[in-house]
Amino acid sequence: MEDYSKVGLKVGLEIHRQLNTKKKLFCDCPTEAVEGAESITFMRRLREVQSELGMVDAAAMFESRKRKTIIYHADLKNVCLVEMDEEPPHNLNPEALEVALTVALLLDSKPVDEVHVMRKIVIDGSNTTGFQRTCVVAIGGQIKIKNKIIPIQAITLEEDAARIIEVRKDEVHYDLSRLGIPLIEVSTEPVIESPEEAIEVAYAIGRILRATGKVKRGIGTVRQDLNISIRGGAPVEIKGVQELELIQKVVENEVKRQMHLLWIKEELLKRGVKKEDIWGAKPVDVTSIFSKTSSRVIKRQIEAGGVVYAIVLKGFAGLLALHPSPGIRLGAEIAGRVKVWSEVEGIFHTDELPNYGITVEEVKVLRDVTHAGESDAVVIVAAEEGKALDAINVIKERAVEALDGVPEETRAARPDGTTVYMRPRPGSARMYPETDIPPIVISQDYIESLKARLPPTLDTTAQQLVERYGLSKQLANDLIDSEVVEDFEDIVSKTGAPPTLVASTLTELLRSLRRDGINIEKITKAHMMRFFELVSCGKVAKEAVRDVLTAVAQKGQNVEQIIEELRLWSPPTSEVEDKIKTLVKEHKQEILNDERKAVAKLMGKLMKDYRGRVNGALINSMLLKAIQELKSDTL
Amino acid sequence: MNASELHGYSGIIKELLERENVSVGDEVEVVSNGRRYRGILMVRYELADPKHITLKLPNGYNIGIRVTESTTISKISAGVKPTFVRLPKPQTVSDLPNVVIISTGGTIASRVEYRTGAVRPALDANDLLAIIPELVEIANINTEALYNVFSENVRIQHWIGMAEAIDRFIRKSIDGVVLTHGTDTMGYTAAALSFALQRPPIPIVLVGAQRSSDRPSSDAATNLIAAVATAARAPFGEVVVAMHKWHSDDVIAIHRGTRVIKLHTSSRDAFRSVNSQPIAYYQHGELKIVANDLNPRGSSEYIYKPKFDERAFLIKFFPSMKPDILTILAEKGTKGFIIEGTGLGHVSSDWVPVIRELTKDGIFIGMTSQCKFGRVNMNVYDSGRDLQKAGVVPLDDMLSEVALVKLMWTFGNLADGAELDEVKKLMLTNIAGEIYSRSLPNTGSW
Ligand SMILES: [Zn+2]
Repeated sequence: MEDYSKVGLKVGLEIHRQLNTKKKLFCDCPTEAVEGAESITFMRRLREVQSELGMVDAAAMFESRKRKTIIYHADLKNVCLVEMDEEPPHNLNPEALEVALTVALLLDSKPVDEVHVMRKIVIDGSNTTGFQRTCVVAIGGQIKIKNKIIPIQAITLEEDAARIIEVRKDEVHYDLSRLGIPLIEVSTEPVIESPEEAIEVAYAIGRILRATGKVKRGIGTVRQDLNISIRGGAPVEIKGVQELELIQKVVENEVKRQMHLLWIKEELLKRGVKKEDIWGAKPVDVTSIFSKTSSRVIKRQIEAGGVVYAIVLKGFAGLLALHPSPGIRLGAEIAGRVKVWSEVEGIFHTDELPNYGITVEEVKVLRDVTHAGESDAVVIVAAEEGKALDAINVIKERAVEALDGVPEETRAARPDGTTVYMRPRPGSARMYPETDIPPIVISQDYIESLKARLPPTLDTTAQQLVERYGLSKQLANDLIDSEVVEDFEDIVSKTGAPPTLVASTLTELLRSLRRDGINIEKITKAHMMRFFELVSCGKVAKEAVRDVLTAVAQKGQNVEQIIEELRLWSPPTSEVEDKIKTLVKEHKQEILNDERKAVAKLMGKLMKDYRGRVNGALINSMLLKAIQELKSDTL
Repeated sequence: MNASELHGYSGIIKELLERENVSVGDEVEVVSNGRRYRGILMVRYELADPKHITLKLPNGYNIGIRVTESTTISKISAGVKPTFVRLPKPQTVSDLPNVVIISTGGTIASRVEYRTGAVRPALDANDLLAIIPELVEIANINTEALYNVFSENVRIQHWIGMAEAIDRFIRKSIDGVVLTHGTDTMGYTAAALSFALQRPPIPIVLVGAQRSSDRPSSDAATNLIAAVATAARAPFGEVVVAMHKWHSDDVIAIHRGTRVIKLHTSSRDAFRSVNSQPIAYYQHGELKIVANDLNPRGSSEYIYKPKFDERAFLIKFFPSMKPDILTILAEKGTKGFIIEGTGLGHVSSDWVPVIRELTKDGIFIGMTSQCKFGRVNMNVYDSGRDLQKAGVVPLDDMLSEVALVKLMWTFGNLADGAELDEVKKLMLTNIAGEIYSRSLPNTGSW
């Protein structure tokens, strides 16, 4: 592990969370998904709006180059003309504003005097308008973790984007149900100095958000963006970290990546590589070298009428393939950029060749034809001509940036904690006022009234759980952090099952199942409810919980069916009693000789028969009772 | 310092800003209520609360800051005026049809200065082509900025001006004319131009946008591309309106100028042909003609009659409405009325005597229906027959708005002392497709 203070790690967090308001942010559609509605699809194209310079922002330009036809799917119970961009937005939802202001007050952030809704340009289609509506609700504030104070930059309220459902060659499909759900964003200053601290801050902010009782729970309702830099590096924005546990890995990987890029920069300078060398390099058509290639990717491109272009990166030999840790390679950086910008798949470099069906001989000729020296790397691109030339430019651009170290960019997190290039970082220029919504004055009186009715913090909630249900403090906090307090209370009150059992099932057990690679999405609250009902009335032993839930997750059947299949029904108590009495009679002598030894042996026998079906403690007490009776009869 | 530099500010805030020599666009530091802010002073929304200033923060967001007695504002640096760089002239393709785009208001293409939010419309051909480069491959484009007027402010004089401009281009052998127009009254203008420029030798295409062009989702460009393609290539010489057929960006409907009306306040498919289908559709770069009674391109029957007289009035009848309004308006000089009656063309029976008096005095009274769809028929019920006897002229399946425009045009083109019968005859003559004798069922497609 790195010593993060030595590399000057600075992390800023942006926590996005959906609000559980009745209505969406700018219309009266419900935020809860409504099933079975009539749905329509319609087609749109977005077009970048040019700036005063006749230029579009790098990020907008980027998206427009990838412009695809957009197909929207609108479920008419959750979508109206506002989401379809066919009606101006209604006024900002006061319920959402109140939640955001409440969060602001809980974080000691100062509400603005007047809220102005802005349009933030996003033309990938995720917003029908081509912009996301967003507004700053409060500025500043702080959150305390252990002994450190983390300053808050701002609290914003924005509309959630449409959910992407399919990407085809020329078409991208979005579902509009999610568009317009209020989303609160809390961003910290970039002062977090270790991955552990980042997780702690995320949890702390999460507890504040949940204290309002107005945030949505479950998959897709929370998203974390990280802003990471090290000394000498550059702020890199990493989007879409869904699981808090992933933060650690993402930060670790990003530090390694930036350190590697800084090392490459030093190495290139040492080697005397200059930007002009890279810019000046001309693409060379090397299609003929590969006319008989056994590389399938290249062959396919050439057969489709494509070409193979090569570009020499002077002084880069050996640097493209070098990787200090899996997934971190300059070669991968270049390929990632090319893939996104010009959608070219066939890209190879000499550091990794011969390989992929490309022979030693082909590499040799390639080096000869391009006049590449031993210290140079050659990158080849196989695609249709226009795309190939586009790709060559992207390669040059990224190679030039290698001389500056770490490029500022937006990257997407992958489930393994590595990241891939997404787009350049947008400048602040892509924001302009939403003139369809008048500014909203936040009066001092209103703020005072909110202050007077701030919700209790989650520390209070934890204390209440301990007192009311006899849970351990740790289990209570676990319920809170796992966001299942409501489910817990509901299950306990409706089934009468032991609170500690319910709590540990909802937290530790589910976590452990997930760790074992079991997809727990199929386990619903109804499943839980039914199982604990059966536990409460003695039909099934609490020991069966893991087996039953595992089977539910895997098969998705109802709880009774599974208990039947696994033969986990508890036998009637009388049956168990009879069995114990018989056993005790059979082993009378052994019991009288050495009672402790005999009990152990009999428990073993009984558990073999009843494990998972009858509570062990119950068997034990029944056994002891039977022995007691035997002894009193014998006397 | 002039007023526009402090746009939206008034009272003590304006005084404070003037004292500190601060204008909109300047970078300022504001200390208010114990907090310090840095940012760019922005224009204020006209209806916004007067006790706040708007500041754009370095992260691009605007916020409003309440100004009190103790608030201080100081200038850090003067703002840079938004300078819109002239865009490079796009490469043009030769041998394409010549199309003129006449702008009258509304912005069909624009650029945004994100620093201040200023929007600049693209008026000359250069800007337009740079912003919508697809046009370069469709036609050789010239532009004329005729008016810059909100469509609700369009008057008869503008109709006449537009007709004159278009007539000028027709005589210059242009291949097609596109007229950009705010959408609110585009239907009226389309009707007016249909009567003023009858059987023209080239397509005259009105076009607008329901979403302003300063947003990425604007329908302006798609509509304009279809309009220019129609102007350049359509085989007909008709006055038409080109707007979205539905919510999708794929099909643009080409409506006849005397059949089209705005039927939705905000949706892209606001314009619909009533009592008829659109005459063509533009899709995938192709113009598909669906009507067969069209005036052909190159027609030699062109008639230019750009006169209108605004002494006509459109009245919507409602239950309990008294007829005195007709008398009052007639006394003030109104020469004719279009009554938008109920159902097949009715108003309450107490109107009959008033109408009889007015028509006796030579006032024209035509009847259309507030049903919008369908044809009036005043023979079916007694009340209709009584109204006819009193002199009301049933106007068939003409749209009320179109009937009004036609009446204005009729008054404009007949001598002042023209007989009521002449007015009646002209009103009932189909001039530009405003009267269809056949009513067809709704096939579910607009
Ligand atoms: Zn809605």
